[in-house]
This record gives sequence, structure tokens and C-alpha cells, in this order.
Amino acid sequence: MLPQVLASGLSAGSIYALMALALVITYKTTEVPNFAQGDMAMVSAFIAYMFLTDFETGFIFAFGVALVFAFLLGVGFEGLLLRRMRKPTHLNLIIMTLGFTLALFGFAGWKWGADQRHFPFPISANEVIRFGSVSISTLSVATILIAGILMLLVFVFFRFTKLGVAMQATQQDPIAARINGVPARAVVGLTFGISSVIGTVAALLTAPLITLDPTLMWDALLKGFAAAVLGGLNTPVGAVLGGYLLGVIENLFGAYVSVEFKSVVAFLIIVIVLWFKPSGLFGRHHERKV
Amino acid sequence: MDKHPEVLLEVNAVETWHGSLRALSDVSLTVSEGSITVILGNNGAGKSTLLNTILGVLEGQPKNGQISFQGTRIDRMATERIVRSGISYVPEGRRIFSGLTVRENLKVGAYIQKDQFSTKKALERVYEFFPLLAERQSQAAGTLSGGEQQMLAIGRALMNGPRLLLLDEPSLGLAPILVRQVFDIISQIRDEGVTVLLVEQNARMALAVADEGLVLDSGELVAAGSASDLVDNAEVEGLYMGALSLPINRES
Ligand SMILES: Nc1ncnc2c1ncn2[C@@H]1O[C@H](COP(=O)(O)OP(=O)(O)O)[C@@H](O)[C@H]1O
Ligand SMILES: [Mg+2]
Repeated sequence: MLPQVLASGLSAGSIYALMALALVITYKTTEVPNFAQGDMAMVSAFIAYMFLTDFETGFIFAFGVALVFAFLLGVGFEGLLLRRMRKPTHLNLIIMTLGFTLALFGFAGWKWGADQRHFPFPISANEVIRFGSVSISTLSVATILIAGILMLLVFVFFRFTKLGVAMQATQQDPIAARINGVPARAVVGLTFGISSVIGTVAALLTAPLITLDPTLMWDALLKGFAAAVLGGLNTPVGAVLGGYLLGVIENLFGAYVSVEFKSVVAFLIIVIVLWFKPSGLFGRHHERKV
Repeated sequence: MDKHPEVLLEVNAVETWHGSLRALSDVSLTVSEGSITVILGNNGAGKSTLLNTILGVLEGQPKNGQISFQGTRIDRMATERIVRSGISYVPEGRRIFSGLTVRENLKVGAYIQKDQFSTKKALERVYEFFPLLAERQSQAAGTLSGGEQQMLAIGRALMNGPRLLLLDEPSLGLAPILVRQVFDIISQIRDEGVTVLLVEQNARMALAVADEGLVLDSGELVAAGSASDLVDNAEVEGLYMGALSLPINRES
């Protein structure tokens, strides 16, 4: 039973890890969590759905359009709403992300309604692959692989490319980045674009597992947030590990303690981490910006 | 220095505001190619504001006046473009990226370099200048000592291959032996053909390496001339050197 639980945990954890990574990338830039992350991804998933069902395009095209849309939505959110604020205090920024999420949720409800829709996907959630005693759906295998590969690419990008390193520099000190010739404003916009794309991949993998409606990413956003707090809000690697850890812990709890209270686990974890290690399991102590 | 030095940077009647505070009024100066020019002045005189204005870091400033670099207007231009035109900046407090490694810091410094080849050449040159940085290249920059961080900040500014280097109080907070080293490096950088505009409170040391000097007080230029004239100028001596030869709130 244990390997089976771990496999389910890993699959759920992949989604949490993606959401946690998306949150942390913009958190490191603005120092506030983007609460609109989930609904930005939800709307992007609806865009894919619209292309698949209304326009009857192929999967690759529809998902491609959704990812491009997500990227522009992220860049636009930063450039048109966040950056124009007169007083970009932390509280005001948070309020703006909450306002944006309400607007997106309202828009999705108006445009697509609250019905739970079947989301067409090239990989089945019902087909099962067996690895010894473990049976796992092809969708879960795909989720684990796609999330893993995407996150690896993101890390390679941040670590080894010129733009990625400049992005980290901008996160640490935007003015210092600018005086070294980095177009810091564009770079900040780019972080929101990348983060939105990562969240949307999570949404595209979540929609076929459950169903598509405007609440698609509520759970994933909160779990991603819990995962990031668990791993450390200012360490991307930590946040991703936090995601996998949360997925596994949750499933262990569901299997051995109580299924009904499984969703309480994330909350308990937030409470415990904030009590005992506010910087997260893998986080260093928070450094204030100059 | 040659007889007809070319003007590299020209600041003309610049006025800069911080909100409702006028931090610079009617400041004009020229920096000749190949020189070291030093700006002296007490805390709060507007020295950093002047450098920030030149580099276009302050939103909507200068409010009045013009700044030209190599004959092209750069005031109100985006900082990235000013940097691209050939000006590098070692800001007050160094502002290295403490979470990145030494080498990554230098690579960010080379952001405007077009290809990997020129980046590599710039990196080799900086490592020649500061062998210590080569030794520490994989170390997180935050773990360097104050003096090493200053070397890194200077090295990072050189990565762009600038024609003009602005330095804001590079000796601040350093032990005397390191201060001397920093000034040696500044002369060396000039000898390699980079023009230097230096802000300092350490007037005596600065005037010893500089060709030209200016004194700022409450946002206004109160004295200007060759470095040797300024050393002889009793007023400057009284106003700035006397006070500054005392070790005022400077930790090392
Ligand atoms: N960002 C800012 N906002 C408001 N006032 C500032 C700001 N930066 C500097 N000042 C003020 O402008 C004046 C000049 O400061 P500064 O240029 O930093 O002086 P210096 O570098 O010569 O010590 C000081 O009175 C300072 O308090
Ligand atoms: Mg200053």
C-alpha cells in the first residue's frame, strides 16, 4: 500500500510544486504572493477548452494558444495593473492581486458558467499502468513527467542563461540590475509571464483529472501556497520540494488517518511552519531588500 | 594629459528634486576624456544624487538642465540605454547581488555585451585586475568581506567595457590599507583608458589621484578647479579636508 500512496502523493505533489514554483518566482520579485495565480491559470485553461471544443483545433494548437495567452496575461497583469500603482506597498499589491482574481473569476462565470465541463485531453485519467504492485493512471504518469521536466527547464533557465541570471539579479535588487544595463522593467514583466505559464501547465494537467469550472484552481492555489510556505517562500527549489512533500504527506494522512480530514493537512502544515520555522524547511532567513 | 582634452561628459545647469526637496541646483561640470574628476562634499551635499541623475536612475529627473555624453543628450533617457552608451556605475553601498556567485555578479555586469566571446574577454580582464575574484568565483558574493565586495562592484562595472566609470564613495567603510588599494586601482583603470568620475568624502586621498575636483554643498557647486588648486585652496581645506581628516562615523 505504501508505494501506491507515495505514487499518488507524487502526482498530486507535482501540481502543488508547479503552483508553488509559480508563486515563488513572482514573490521573489514583488515580495507579495500573487493570489490571482490560480484564476489566471483557470482562465487560460478555459482558453484551451474554447479552442478544443468551439473551434475544434488540435491539442497542440489549443494548448499552445493557452500558454501564449497565459504569458501575455502575466505580462499584462504586471505592466498594466501592478506597475501603475502610485503606492505599491505590500498591502496594496496584495489587494490588487485579490481584485484581479475576483475579476477573472467573475469573467469566467459570466463567459463559461458554473457548469462542470469535461476537459478533453490526449491522455486518459482512467487508463492504468502497473509498476509491480503499484497501479497509476497514465494521466498521473504524464503529470509527474511533464511537471518534472518543466521545472527542470525553469531551473536550468534561471541558473545558466544570461537572462535567467539577470532575472535573479533583478529579483534581488532591481536598481542595481538596471545600472548594470539590465532592462529591469521588462524583466519583471517576464517573471510574471513565466510564472503564469507554469501555473497554466498545472491547470491543463488538473482540468482532465477533475472537471473544468471557474473553481478549477482554488485547491491547487491554496496547496501551492502551503507548499511554498512549507519549503520556503524565497527558495524556488525549496518550494518545489515543499510541493512534493505536501502531496505525499496529504496522501499518507488520507490513507492511514482520515480521508475526510485530508484537506486539513495543508492548513496544519502552514500553522506548524509559521510557528516553528517561518522561513520554511529549506529557506534561509529572510533578507530585506536595500 | 594632452593639451586639448575632449569633453566626454557635459552636465549643464542641472536641477534635481527628491519630491519637494531640491537636491541639486544649477550644477554644471565637464569631464574630459582620460581624466579622473572627483566630486567632494559633506554628507547630504547631493553627490550621490548627481551620479544618479547622470545615470538616469531617478524617475523624471533632472527636472531642468541637460546632460550630454560623447555629444549625445542622455538626460531623461532610460538607465539601460545610458549604460549601453558606455557609462558604468559603482553605486553607493556597492549593491552587489549577494545571493549570486561572484562569477554570476560579473556576468550580470556584462549584460550589454553582445556575445559570449566579449563577455569572456571582459571576465579575463577583470580577473587579471582582481585575482582574488578569480579565486572566489564560485562563492556567493554575500560571503565576501567588505573590501572584496568593493572589488567585485568595481569589477562588475568594468564588465561592460565602459568609457566612463562613475564611482560613489568606493573607500567608504574600508580599512586604510584597502582604501589605498582602491585608489591605486582607480588610477590604474584610468591608465587603461577609462575616464573616471569619482565621488568621495576622503578628500585628501581623492585629490591625490584626481586631475580635476569639484565641491558640492547643499546641492550647489561651491568650488571647482584642478586637483592641485583645490589642495591649495584654504577654503576647501577648512571646509572639507579639516573636517574629513577626522575619522567621522566610518566603520571598517
Ligand atoms: N530618495 C530620496 N528621497 C528623498 N530625499 C533624498 C533621497 N535621496 C537623497 N535625498 C536627500 O537629498 C540630499 C542629497 O542626498 P545625497 O545625494 O545622497 O547626498 P550625498 O551623496 O552627498 O551624501 C540629502 O538631503 C538627502 O537627504
Ligand atoms: Mg552619497
